[in-house]
Amino acid sequence: MKSTHEMLLSQEFRTLVRRKWTVSVILTLCLFVVYYGFILLIAVDKTFLARKIGAFTTLGIPLGVAVIVLSWVLTALYVLWANSSHDAAVKHLAEQVKE
Amino acid sequence: MQTTLGTPTASAIAFFFLIVALTLAITWWAAKRTRSTREFYAAGRSVSAFQNGLALSGDYMSAASFLGIAGLVALKGYDGMIYATGWLVGWPALMFLIAEPLRNLGKYTFADVVAFRLRQTPVRISSAVGGILTVLLYTIAQMVGAGNLIKLMFGIPYEAAEIVVGAVMLAYVLFGGMIATTWVQIVKAVLLLVGVSLLTLLVLARFGWNPGDLYAAVSTQLGQEALEPGGLVTSPVDAVSLGLALMFGLLGLPHILMRFYTVPDARAARKSVLYATGFIGYFYIIIPIVGFGASVLVGRDVISGIDKGGNMAAPLLAEALGGTFFLGFIAAVAFATILAVVAGLTLAGASALSHDIYVSVVKHGQATEQEQVRVAKASTVVFGILAVLLGVLFKGQNVAFMVGLAFAIACSANFPALLLSIVWKRFTTAGAVASILTGAFLSVFLIVISPTVWVDVLGKETALFPLKNPAIVSMTAAFLVGFLVSLLGREPRAEAMFEDEKLRTYLGVGAE
Repeated sequence: MKSTHEMLLSQEFRTLVRRKWTVSVILTLCLFVVYYGFILLIAVDKTFLARKIGAFTTLGIPLGVAVIVLSWVLTALYVLWANSSHDAAVKHLAEQVKE
Repeated sequence: MQTTLGTPTASAIAFFFLIVALTLAITWWAAKRTRSTREFYAAGRSVSAFQNGLALSGDYMSAASFLGIAGLVALKGYDGMIYATGWLVGWPALMFLIAEPLRNLGKYTFADVVAFRLRQTPVRISSAVGGILTVLLYTIAQMVGAGNLIKLMFGIPYEAAEIVVGAVMLAYVLFGGMIATTWVQIVKAVLLLVGVSLLTLLVLARFGWNPGDLYAAVSTQLGQEALEPGGLVTSPVDAVSLGLALMFGLLGLPHILMRFYTVPDARAARKSVLYATGFIGYFYIIIPIVGFGASVLVGRDVISGIDKGGNMAAPLLAEALGGTFFLGFIAAVAFATILAVVAGLTLAGASALSHDIYVSVVKHGQATEQEQVRVAKASTVVFGILAVLLGVLFKGQNVAFMVGLAFAIACSANFPALLLSIVWKRFTTAGAVASILTGAFLSVFLIVISPTVWVDVLGKETALFPLKNPAIVSMTAAFLVGFLVSLLGREPRAEAMFEDEKLRTYLGVGAE
């Protein structure tokens, strides 16, 4: 059993916190690239999105859908990681601390 | 096209009473399970991840999303679709940045997290200012929208509509607390998803199940511009500022954040966000099809002839495709949507008044269970009456900016203090109060002198502040002020408590 203070200083806890924020920050950056990339693309180059990819369908339509789908995929990646390996590590450490 | 919109048809009335009867039956059932504060505010933390996913979607998908975005796509084409994407991207950010700490640190409101190791009185009061301001503005926008929509759809007077909405949602919250509110959100989310899916299927069936043929019809009837980006996004700074408000505003919406306390643990909280993101994403992907369908099958002139803002595009499309019966169903779904969102907001507003102000500040956390429930119910009545009064007061006003303002305040006043209190050891009480107040007042001030209010509402010629949404300035300022004011002084007690907070944030040790 460890005290709160010992746990916070332990290598394992510090690795866990660092890993959590690394994953969070990387995924947040991906989200920024996807969403603000889309918005800025529209602001800067409207003709790009107006390009036709079918008889009438413009490139903007699948890109808009892609922003939504990718946002969901990023969310799913996080949950997949957090609810498996991250949660196991959390449980392992939580058992070592006295309430 | 002939429409029965605005006259109460038998099917609309039947569906309306069916929904009200069903939700009141749920409330009666929930009332027997709502005795403690934990049950009233947090449904006894017994809501499953899937249920909470639906309830979060229910809280978020308002009548503005359903009727507003369908109308925007119908009248403005592709620009409406760009707008729709912005409403989803907050959810991943919510998940990555605050979902677990929020669940692990709090009890009933997001202020629990900010006040975890800071001085209760100043932090609770300022968090309640940010929280209540957000909820009130959101409520005004919903109530004014509700009065107009119900008048358009059922033909009943505006004031009567306000009272009906107020009375029904008050019954949910007052007697059934969070348990009833959650189930009302679930019923509403399912109805809304089914309704919009049916509309989408009926539109696609008309075009041989090929979206390409739908776009062909749009292009032939309305011109290719309808499928291209138009005037919505022109200035990059303006576009990013609105994007920031939509994205990080979600992370400061009290009625959404409150839902995290209804699930048993952080693991369930994460799963519920994944479900919610799935449902809401699906909704925003198909809603443009409804909008484009309405623009070619009903016609832009008919839609804007009934309501300038295009809000009746989806109901009119329902009538064109499925007759009066289907119109009645869609109208009742829109009504259920309004009721549920206002109920969620009322519960959030009441919890800020009773849990943050009365119990934590006035009673210094010393209140019996019985007293807490009594105060929570009294606050619910106060907030419900306030919602109806504000709805009547703002009748006929242009309140479109209020949702934008609610998001601006949420991302500037509530979110920076929340994030800093979780990640930064040196964050102080003074820093938190300064950050919240800067965010709240700067966003209100900047939006008043922005084109949204200064030009569109007050009718002046040029705006004093160029951006339509102030988030990029007000959120940055709130972070900076919170940071700098905290550096000015030290708070040894808060720093000492950071160890316990950290353990609870990351390991869930001691979480409720």
